[in-house]
Amino acid sequence: MSALTLILHREIRLALRQISDSAIIVLFFVLAAVLFPFGVGPEPNMLARMAPGVVWVTALLAAMLSFERLFTPDYEDGSLEQLALGPAPLEMVAIAKAAAHWLTTGLPLMIAAPLIAVLYRLPDAGYGALITTMALGTPTISLIGTVGAALTLGSRRGGVLLSLLVIPLIIPVLIFGTAAIDAAISGFAVGQHLMLMGGFLLGALVLTPLATAAALRQALE
Amino acid sequence: MRFFGENLSCVRGERLVFSGLDFAVEPGTALVLTGSNGSGKTSLLRVMAGLTRPTEGQLAWDDGPISDDPENHHRRLHFVGHLDALKPVLSVHENLDIWARLQGGIEKKIASALKKLMLEGFENIPGRYLSAGQRRRLSLARLAASDAPLWLLDEPTIALDAPSVAAVRSLIAEHRTNGGMAVIATNVDLGIADTTTLNLLDFTASNEDIWEGVT
Repeated sequence: MSALTLILHREIRLALRQISDSAIIVLFFVLAAVLFPFGVGPEPNMLARMAPGVVWVTALLAAMLSFERLFTPDYEDGSLEQLALGPAPLEMVAIAKAAAHWLTTGLPLMIAAPLIAVLYRLPDAGYGALITTMALGTPTISLIGTVGAALTLGSRRGGVLLSLLVIPLIIPVLIFGTAAIDAAISGFAVGQHLMLMGGFLLGALVLTPLATAAALRQALE
Repeated sequence: MRFFGENLSCVRGERLVFSGLDFAVEPGTALVLTGSNGSGKTSLLRVMAGLTRPTEGQLAWDDGPISDDPENHHRRLHFVGHLDALKPVLSVHENLDIWARLQGGIEKKIASALKKLMLEGFENIPGRYLSAGQRRRLSLARLAASDAPLWLLDEPTIALDAPSVAAVRSLIAEHRTNGGMAVIATNVDLGIADTTTLNLLDFTASNEDIWEGVT
């Protein structure tokens, strides 16, 4: 087995042993989304209009909660030192961490998103775009989140700082994610939105492991 | 293959920890780092591992400096620091398995490593139920579970009872017989025969503040 699959295997095993951590994130996502109709009223047309934005914003906020746990336990118990001293470069560790984060957080959020859309009576034409944008956007969020988590490693009150660092960077994902769903509902082409989101994902895939590895090296010094 | 460092100095938090330090480890030898608390034993070990870059000087194997190929350097070493790198939710076997396999270890060696560190029969116990000494032994079991010529050990016998210290001693002796090398930071006499001692206090420059005298 290559180092990448070994690290991925370890991360997933750890996540499954602490399944409540992932469950809490999804539960937060559902609860936060369910709160909106109580605040704005149960008018069906308005809820359907709000659906894409609510799903995306609450998914982002739920993901924010999960980033602090990405490196902190490994940093505190010395596992990060061992990963850094392993035969795999830290860039590969960063990719494995982001992939494991997506599998244990992004994927569950993606699965829960259509359920929330049903609650909001999202028009049928929007579901395809919702799932596709989630599939393209959640890995981007995981990748950018690993950079933020690595940068704030070892700092006190890192969680707040992490949100301040990561949220501005994932605004484009939010803009094009909701725009694609709106376009699909109104019968416009969604291709360009999806292509832009694919571009963000590819860019993040190339750049974020480098940034994460550099930040981890700094944290370990 | 020799591992050596030349003219090393290390600055931690605006304080010069040591400077002008040279060392060399030959196959089959052990280097013991001594010096009072805060004299820079751990700093030197971390520099040797490549976790911290030396402020000055360089580390090298006979075939080139470690900065040329850090991954290759990492493949050649085991580092057992103060932190145990154990997960409370994983069993003893799973905890060792991941680190051993990353370093190219195989199942048979993992089982024998647990035996050598007297952790036989504990394979399925979750990490959170281990005592401090058992955690330490599991951390040291990494040394025996996969091959690497250079061992960097930071106070390896902390929290260990007498039989465990003897087990560690024989582990190091076996490693040296097979041509391995060990660098051990310690303040207690481990009773290891035929070692070279490096006293960090000889290089500390009285731990003076590097900004002293600069006005």
